[in-house]
Amino acid sequence: MVAILEQTFRDEWGRVLAALIGFLGDFELAEEAAQEAFAIAAERWPRDGAPEHPRAWLVTTGRNRALDRIRRDRTLAAKTRLLDVPEAVEDIVDDDTTIPDERLELVFTCCHPALSLDAQVALTLRTLGGLTTEDIARAFLVPDATMAKRLVRARSKIKTAGIPFRVPPPHLLPDRLAAVLAVVYLIFNEGYSSPPTRGELATEAIRLGRALAELMPDEAEVQGLLALMLLNDARRDARFADGAVVPLRDQDRSRWDAGQIAEGRVVLERALALGGRGPYLLQAALAALHMEEPADWPRIAALYGELARQTGSPVVELNQAVAIAEAGDVEAALALAERLELDNYHYLHATRAELLRRLDRVDDARAAYDRALALVHSEAERRFLERRRDGLGG
Amino acid sequence: MKYMLLIHQGDAPTPRDPEAWAHLSEDEQNAVYRDYQAINETPGVTPGLQLQAPEAATTVRVQDGRTLTTDGPFVAIKEALAGWVLFEADDLDAAIELAARIPAARLGGAIEVRPIAEW
Repeated sequence: MVAILEQTFRDEWGRVLAALIGFLGDFELAEEAAQEAFAIAAERWPRDGAPEHPRAWLVTTGRNRALDRIRRDRTLAAKTRLLDVPEAVEDIVDDDTTIPDERLELVFTCCHPALSLDAQVALTLRTLGGLTTEDIARAFLVPDATMAKRLVRARSKIKTAGIPFRVPPPHLLPDRLAAVLAVVYLIFNEGYSSPPTRGELATEAIRLGRALAELMPDEAEVQGLLALMLLNDARRDARFADGAVVPLRDQDRSRWDAGQIAEGRVVLERALALGGRGPYLLQAALAALHMEEPADWPRIAALYGELARQTGSPVVELNQAVAIAEAGDVEAALALAERLELDNYHYLHATRAELLRRLDRVDDARAAYDRALALVHSEAERRFLERRRDGLGG
Repeated sequence: MKYMLLIHQGDAPTPRDPEAWAHLSEDEQNAVYRDYQAINETPGVTPGLQLQAPEAATTVRVQDGRTLTTDGPFVAIKEALAGWVLFEADDLDAAIELAARIPAARLGGAIEVRPIAEW
């Protein structure tokens, strides 16, 4: 029962809270009401059994608690939308399907650009993801009090600055959707790019991505982001060994999650079928191509080229150069790498060195390895580069 | 909700500085006048009064009962308030959209959107 209860709470928190905010028009009041409703459920359901429609029960209970509170405090009532609501609201809603799904309104509010990025991330995890303040503080390595303050300030700004609770109109939607996706992807990368201990953030980001994909089934980039996260996360267990990152080509493929890769490919196909060519979709397509054996390097190079044109990122162009070399045209790869303005980036020089080595330009290769070694910070990479340099003939 | 849109000129050229103003083409100069007029005529907008240049400001402090005056604005000249617009709107998105139409915002200045406290 406790497990079922916890699962229900995690699944329903976002929808219940969104419905309460939609009704009450006040984040703080709604969150308090939701918390009360879930606390009452935790007490009663194990004793009396769970209600037939748990979501409707939670929303109705939360709403009634909020109404009680407002009656006790009339001045608060003057500041909420409740004055416009007829008396009948206390009728018990007995069917989950009559509860509107306002999670999209909620996520666009939480990811509003008038909030700082830190606040957007924390608020999204708290409201939509249902993580506790302590969970979020631990995940982002800040003290609980700091995270609590961040959330209080964010909720307060939503109210005092008049940030709307709505899905943005079409002329604002592309920018605002990009902001939402950026928040979800940031949460994912926090979990994905650091050692496995913070993997729960990647899992949470995928949960958010699934919810968005369900709510916006026709947005190619939403599907693309979900595909990208599923495909990358499927390799999570194989990415680290003895505290060091294992490059993709050296990973133990038996430790990849085949089911999740298959799901990622299905989502990717859906995104492509929607006609998308956005940056998340392209990155997902690249993730899928990289996992194939043998890899289709000409296609990978072409996709990096397309992504580089969209993002203007020289790092993406460097990846394109590597793919061009793998596809067989080392001269073209070197020409591309040589014109990138990444002089302080050790990967540029390590890549140039590798390409020069393949072209038998031993002295130039050695100079490039030296340049890369002067810039590298990681001890593991330094040893790798030194071995490559010392293995040069001539 | 009511919002105060505080206009900071920053590097944005104004007719007060003919040399900087001359860097704008005639079309751009006309667009600046036209856009300010359109903003002042937007429903919900109460245009602010025009301020003299920040160089004309005097800043006043009181310390130990003594009035201390200094030449210039409280903040740096570039950061000084250049003007304001009062806007009654449904929400922050509407205020942000109006702010983005104020020419100073695209010419090197910035607009600060501040909700008015209502009790």
